[in-house]
Amino acid sequence: MERKIYLDHNATTPVHPEVLEAMLPFYKGVFGNASSIHSFGRESKVALDESREKVAKFLNADPLEIYFTSGGTESDNLAIKGVAWANRKKGNHIVSSRIEHHAVLESCKFLEREGFEITYLPVDRYGLVDTDELKKKIRKDTILVSIIHANNEVGTIEPIEELSKVARENGVYFHTDAVQSTGKIKVDVQKLGVDLLSLSAHKFYGPKGVGALYIRRGIRLTPLSHGGHHEKARRAGTENIPGIVGLAKALEIAERDMEKEEKRLKNLSESFFKKITEKIPHVFLNGHPEHRIPNTLNLSFKGVEGESIILNLDLKGIAVASGSACTSGSLEPSHVLSAMDVPPDLAQSSLRFSFGRSNTVDEVSYVAEMLPEIISKLRSMSPIYQKEKA
Amino acid sequence: MAYSAKVMEHFQNPRNVGEIENPDGVGEIGNPVCGDIMKLYIKVKDNRVVDVKFKTFGCGAAIATSSMITELVKNKTLEQAEKISRQTVAEALDGLPANKMHCSNLAADALRKAIEDYRDRKKINE
Repeated sequence: MERKIYLDHNATTPVHPEVLEAMLPFYKGVFGNASSIHSFGRESKVALDESREKVAKFLNADPLEIYFTSGGTESDNLAIKGVAWANRKKGNHIVSSRIEHHAVLESCKFLEREGFEITYLPVDRYGLVDTDELKKKIRKDTILVSIIHANNEVGTIEPIEELSKVARENGVYFHTDAVQSTGKIKVDVQKLGVDLLSLSAHKFYGPKGVGALYIRRGIRLTPLSHGGHHEKARRAGTENIPGIVGLAKALEIAERDMEKEEKRLKNLSESFFKKITEKIPHVFLNGHPEHRIPNTLNLSFKGVEGESIILNLDLKGIAVASGSACTSGSLEPSHVLSAMDVPPDLAQSSLRFSFGRSNTVDEVSYVAEMLPEIISKLRSMSPIYQKEKA
Repeated sequence: MAYSAKVMEHFQNPRNVGEIENPDGVGEIGNPVCGDIMKLYIKVKDNRVVDVKFKTFGCGAAIATSSMITELVKNKTLEQAEKISRQTVAEALDGLPANKMHCSNLAADALRKAIEDYRDRKKINE
């Protein structure tokens, strides 16, 4: 039986057994529509309300400020388009960044086609947004700022507290895509000072197809889909009770284990990085050396293309991701690495290791043993790698 | 990616990897921005490609197509070699995913460039 090692937790995570257990009753006997007034409906409504409270507690928000969606992408779309459309009379300028997830970038591009003006803030070589840049670009007609909390590709954590303060001082709403940070590091909406926040269950050992959007009291927002009065008429659609219950349970588990997991993952990531750089020359870290979510390690291996490394690892049962053009849907390399001014050939040579609950010291050591030979073999075939040059 | 067994075979065991010390023709194609670079070296004797080597920076399809084209071109006449198209390469590999067809383009172009280089060098030496 081939050994399988999963190092792509930023892409998705397996459902935690306790989460599955919590969800099952709602696929079996407790199936009522939460909007129905009979006992079947009431059972589901109780579960819905309890889950909402759990999420609110986790984020340090009020339950009335929590809205359930189908995932991170929908939450991002709802936050950005919803605020833009509802506040059009106040202004039509939005500020975001060059390293956002595609759900944010594409929502912005869509709004541009509708006549909104979007400024995409640059980042430095670590992927950090400069607060002074935001101060410069925010205007009288700015209605929203959206900056990602932790970047999914390189893991860099943005200075959200400072950035949201600038927005607040200018009377502008602040949204953050916390899809990658939720469940990995502390996410407190009061501390972060945000008005809107997106999260997605399948990134923290919950089920796929469910997420949430935190919307601070008092914010005007136009819904994406219209229909019933679910989620205070802001997000129509019969609630995905099993999914929502799963999401809430997964957050409970994340909170319970966070301190321990943070330390453990940081150790795994650091020891892996150390082993790799000891055995393989010309390896470069992409992302901030310290302000990074603990599980994410994005490395460039000079002279070797990302997909060819992934294929070799896959043949050994090891799963990772890359920022190379060949692995993206388009023929362009990672927009995140490009925004960080990573040279194109190094962007093509990038690999993202994202560790998670299932990874052990043993697994990580095994990968550290396998990788040098793979890189060596590919480098010997490369027309652009010369041992002597750096 | 849905690679055929043949592509995976060539990817894991690429043929003719390396450089030729005194090549008769060299063809280099691609650039790091688009993610694929192929360098093909040929040795020509009596109008035949008697030796061929390659080096490639690129994805699974890039490596497999490079390897396959060296197999296809060995011992062919220059005229036969020039006829090798991306379809020939892709078919020999039992097909490539649609978004990887451009890799087979690169292989055919690298070969054509190598032959062009050989002819240019010959002209200079005449």
